[in-house]
Amino acid sequence: MEPVTTITGHVTVLDRADVDTDQIIPKQFLKRIERTGYGEFLFFDWVRSGEVTIEPNPVLVAGRNFGCGSSREHAVWAIQQFGFQAVIAPSFSDIFFANCTKNGLLPVALTEDEVRAVAAADEVTVDLASQTVTAGDKTFHFDVDADIKDRLLNGLDEIALTLQHEDEITAYEAARAYPGPVTTCL
Amino acid sequence: MPKTLFDKIWDAHQVRDDLLYVDLHLVHEVTSPQAFDGLRLTGRPVRRPDKTIATADHNVPTDGTKVARMIADVLSRTQVETLERNCAEFGIPIYSLGSERQGIVHVIGPELGLTQPGMTIVCGDSHTSTHGAFGALAFGIGTSEVEHVLATQTLVQRAPKTMRILYEGVLAPGVTAKDLILATIGRLGTSGAQGYVVEYAGSAIEQLSMENRMTVCNMTIEGGGRAGMIAPDETTFHYLKGRPAAPVDWDDAVARWRALPTEPGATFDREVTIDAASLAPMVTWGTTPGMVVEVTGRVPSPDDAGEQAAAETTARALTYMGLEPGTPMTDLALDRVFIGSCTNSRIEDLREAARVIAGRSVAPTVRAMVVPGSQQVKAQAEREGLDKVFSEAGFEWREAGCSMCLGMNPDILQPKERCASTSNRNFEGRQGAGGRTHLVSPQMAAAAAIEGHFVDIRGWN
Repeated sequence: MEPVTTITGHVTVLDRADVDTDQIIPKQFLKRIERTGYGEFLFFDWVRSGEVTIEPNPVLVAGRNFGCGSSREHAVWAIQQFGFQAVIAPSFSDIFFANCTKNGLLPVALTEDEVRAVAAADEVTVDLASQTVTAGDKTFHFDVDADIKDRLLNGLDEIALTLQHEDEITAYEAARAYPGPVTTCL
Repeated sequence: MPKTLFDKIWDAHQVRDDLLYVDLHLVHEVTSPQAFDGLRLTGRPVRRPDKTIATADHNVPTDGTKVARMIADVLSRTQVETLERNCAEFGIPIYSLGSERQGIVHVIGPELGLTQPGMTIVCGDSHTSTHGAFGALAFGIGTSEVEHVLATQTLVQRAPKTMRILYEGVLAPGVTAKDLILATIGRLGTSGAQGYVVEYAGSAIEQLSMENRMTVCNMTIEGGGRAGMIAPDETTFHYLKGRPAAPVDWDDAVARWRALPTEPGATFDREVTIDAASLAPMVTWGTTPGMVVEVTGRVPSPDDAGEQAAAETTARALTYMGLEPGTPMTDLALDRVFIGSCTNSRIEDLREAARVIAGRSVAPTVRAMVVPGSQQVKAQAEREGLDKVFSEAGFEWREAGCSMCLGMNPDILQPKERCASTSNRNFEGRQGAGGRTHLVSPQMAAAAAIEGHFVDIRGWN
């Protein structure tokens, strides 16, 4: 994962709430077995019907509950591969938010009013280190989990971080009185 | 301090702060190939194949194709074959196409007895919340997290908030678990449970069968909730007893499980009470599961859709759905009926639907299909003669899989086709580009197939 630091540029506004991952990347594109090749199909049905135009900018701004529905990480890959580096919305679905942070797509939750201000701005700067979004003469603060922030800023591999505690995982497994069902002998 | 069901499971699975141990990892063909690639790239093994199980469900055809290499769609075939190869390489047991245990991942876990109270269960699928019906902590994850679990058998997780929804009273005849959860999402909204693990409780929940409890927990994600849970009780134990993966130390296991329910005085971050007795059969009218009304209701207008949907959102949903405000829901004519999905494809769902349609015929304007949730559900239904009831009524009786819930296989809606579906998502294009989905219970779907439009199951016979 590439480190995430400061993202500056124009915004693309998708003024809709409850944008689900089926809209972000429809099911027919989930049959690929690679992590790449999704960007051109972003918002496929909406774009094809002419309902929306998605300008390639660094920042996507959308309505509340963005990324709801299916857990498909392909949604994050599609947004990122289209060229977006951050998504700003009043709220995100839990799974989509987690998926963003595993790939270095920065999800930023601001209030409805702040999101509107950002949507109206010509250019914005999202700075992870200071946890701020600057739009014109306004600067808004956003919250981010300290561990996630560290991982994003440094582009760290979460699996490698967890495996540093492998001895603790082993100890946990050894100490369990009731290890649970076994799938390999059914 | 008194603990909740969630607290007990959470605490028991902390390897270290915010590192959660995973007891069971369910894997399917769509969200796993890139995770296995990641393992190969880094030379990491699967830590616990014995806590991992795979099946092919999302894009398997339901036409009787018995082996992966015969799947007509090249991309689907590649994906299923890739899963089979990955499982062979990493030593993960798999029930693929052709196995008598193949089926929707959230149907086979419980039916094999792998889903048990007190466990942590994850899967690269948002409807993993289904397994919470057993008093487990179960939630969906993305592909990066699938790789993380394969490599470490853990997940980095911050403690979520907790919510309890208490259902008072008893569901009226004709009102099902599906209606209960649709009504709940209608009230709380599609992000009403965001950031929460939800415990469903109260007399209406206690009286539900295990399979109906799964329907409730399944749709937790449609209300934004991370996981849904129900306290284990005699219903749970009775369901699990004798299943292939049921504990051999059965009495001890039951004793452990009896200690799991939320203790009196335990607190939640949020509590909601719903009068279950006042609930009615529900039908969605829009493009989110929260856009729902009672079957006796009408299509809302953009001005009166309530706080869950702004006027503009409602207007766009009505246009997509091809609906006029004020139209009685029972006037909506249907082209398709789909009975299936991880929400409503278990044996009890099929029994209820079959009971409603026995001796009748599907309306000539409707194409109706039943897709059992698993090969075992299908076999059981056939032993009971349900397949004949459906076939004689004019339903197509298909093989097991996710099928038209998400339309990754050939079972899809054509543009503008209107479908009564027992699945979980009425998103735009979910069942096929331009398709119009109305979510209902199995009984409501079955009755709608017969009449060619929605009917109030309570007064229909």
